[in-house]
Amino acid sequence: MTDRRLLSLGLLGLAALFVVSLFVGAGDLSLATILNGQLDGDALRLLLVSRVPRSAAALLAGASLAVAGLLMQMLSSNRFVEPSTVGTTEAAGLGMVVVTLLLPGAPVFAKMLAAAGFALAGTFVFIALIRRLRLKSGLMVPLVGLILAGIIQAMAHFIAYRADLLQSLGAWSSGDFSMVLKGRYELLWIGLALGAVALFAADRFTLAGLGRDVSVNLGLAYERVVAFGLVIVSLIAAVTVATIGAIPFVGLVVPNLVTMAMGDNGRRIVPVVAISGAGLVLGCDVLGRILRYPYEIPVGVIMGVAGSVIFLALLARRRPAHG
Amino acid sequence: MIEAVALTKLYGDSRVVDGASLTLDAPGVTAIIGPNGAGKSTLLSMIARLLPIDEGKAFVDGLDVTRAKGDELARRISVLRQENGLLARLTVRDLIGFGRFPHSKGRLTANDHVKITEALAFLDLEPLAERFLDELSGGQRQRAFVAMVLAQDTKAILLDEPLNNLDIRHAVSMMRLVRRAADELGKIVVVVLHDINFASAYADRIVAMREGRIVVDGPVEAVVSEETIEAVFGLPVLVREIEGQRTCLFRR
Ligand SMILES: Nc1ncnc2c1ncn2[C@@H]1O[C@H](COP(=O)(O)OP(=O)(O)OP(=O)(O)O)[C@@H](O)[C@H]1O
Ligand SMILES: [Mg+2]
Repeated sequence: MTDRRLLSLGLLGLAALFVVSLFVGAGDLSLATILNGQLDGDALRLLLVSRVPRSAAALLAGASLAVAGLLMQMLSSNRFVEPSTVGTTEAAGLGMVVVTLLLPGAPVFAKMLAAAGFALAGTFVFIALIRRLRLKSGLMVPLVGLILAGIIQAMAHFIAYRADLLQSLGAWSSGDFSMVLKGRYELLWIGLALGAVALFAADRFTLAGLGRDVSVNLGLAYERVVAFGLVIVSLIAAVTVATIGAIPFVGLVVPNLVTMAMGDNGRRIVPVVAISGAGLVLGCDVLGRILRYPYEIPVGVIMGVAGSVIFLALLARRRPAHG
Repeated sequence: MIEAVALTKLYGDSRVVDGASLTLDAPGVTAIIGPNGAGKSTLLSMIARLLPIDEGKAFVDGLDVTRAKGDELARRISVLRQENGLLARLTVRDLIGFGRFPHSKGRLTANDHVKITEALAFLDLEPLAERFLDELSGGQRQRAFVAMVLAQDTKAILLDEPLNNLDIRHAVSMMRLVRRAADELGKIVVVVLHDINFASAYADRIVAMREGRIVVDGPVEAVVSEETIEAVFGLPVLVREIEGQRTCLFRR
């Protein structure tokens, strides 16, 4: 199948899933109502204020998180990392706690920027650590990342506990679309824009994935490309944490499945990774709304279960020696 | 073209490369030999700006390698390290295409495609062109990276142990290719080799290193002798002329 056809098919699938998502959930709204022309004011409001934003948020978050995972893997030349396993996401959460403590009245956008700053700092610590320890491939890299992520999360918890912000921290660290309403998710569009930037610079990130020596040999300003990529990753993490909360595994599972099938050439796979990530997250959110109808299971929980199973299968299949 | 002046690399107190000077101007094949840990890779890496230089200077085409812009250097000198490619599930053709990055910045022109096809053919890689690197044997992967460097089309090419992983047939064809690159394309090729007989058979000039220093630098006849090889490797050997070729033999 050509890339173009694959992408068209993917987009078509996403559109179908989006429509399904509009009509699933508590509240009176079904496709039949609309087709019969019985869409009253309440139903319309439900659609425009809640269902459309919720579905869009899932698509945007999924696409940008999957791309962030892919970037993280290229920049650290290791397949088993993603923002939430190396401390980026946790640092964004810590940033939200700190900024909420210091400037409780700041607008969400400002808080998000502060979170991005923290996320960037956390990610640089991770990159510095794996360079200092001369870890190149294999499973040591994600292990170091998990330890760092744990430390940062503990710090966030400690501060949140002292400042009586545990409930907010809970919302930031566990993704949930049920609170998404019009006017509360639009920051996520920034994530999509960042994904487009990643596509634009895809060749450079692919080269970075080949390692520093090959990159420098080909004249790439390696350190600058890595720093640029980490800024993108940190912003995406901060945007999602600030709006809907962290969603684990998307950034790990999607890029791994896609690269296994299509290889590491960023220019080819960034769009596929974005579409698959969007589909996976929206799919999980729809599933979360159906499984215990009329109650909901948060998307973070569904992804945690589905993601860890897929990830274990991947670990068993992929040779860690090839990073 | 390449001028290294008293290059030195320090790790703590140990001078792993110690005042190494080297000038390469004419097209040809220069082999660097020496025992493990002699500093061969480190010297090459400093010249190719992969490692910072602690003392001394290196110039490529008159450009100071520590100051010149990355892509200007990348159009003049290419280097292949001993091991390559961490996240490398690329097709052979894509990898070779990236060799054109310094020239085209990712937008491949017709000329780039010609160079890619040439490099594929030069290394006998056409049947593998669409295969993923991580599904190739070590030797096939090694050839793909050499093809990438060849597509980069630089005047100077530095290869660190390009015969790693290669069977005898591919080792010989790699060395013939290196010769052709020098003779037909006028390249300045530097190869790190462990097999003295390969150096003796294919190089014009041999540079021998020991403990960070360049101890001998001269034409094959001057370097491949019993005294010199013993001095460099600390191992007594026999050197005989066989079919007009200096050959190194070992006692049981
Ligand atoms: N990062 C490092 N830190 C400390 N010492 C190092 C480092 N890298 C290399 N060395 C030391 O520098 C010396 C020269 O290493 P180099 O890789 O240049 O040797 P080489 O001649 O290429 O050897 P080989 O034939 O085994 O490839 C070795 O003794 C090595 O242990
Ligand atoms: Mg070496």
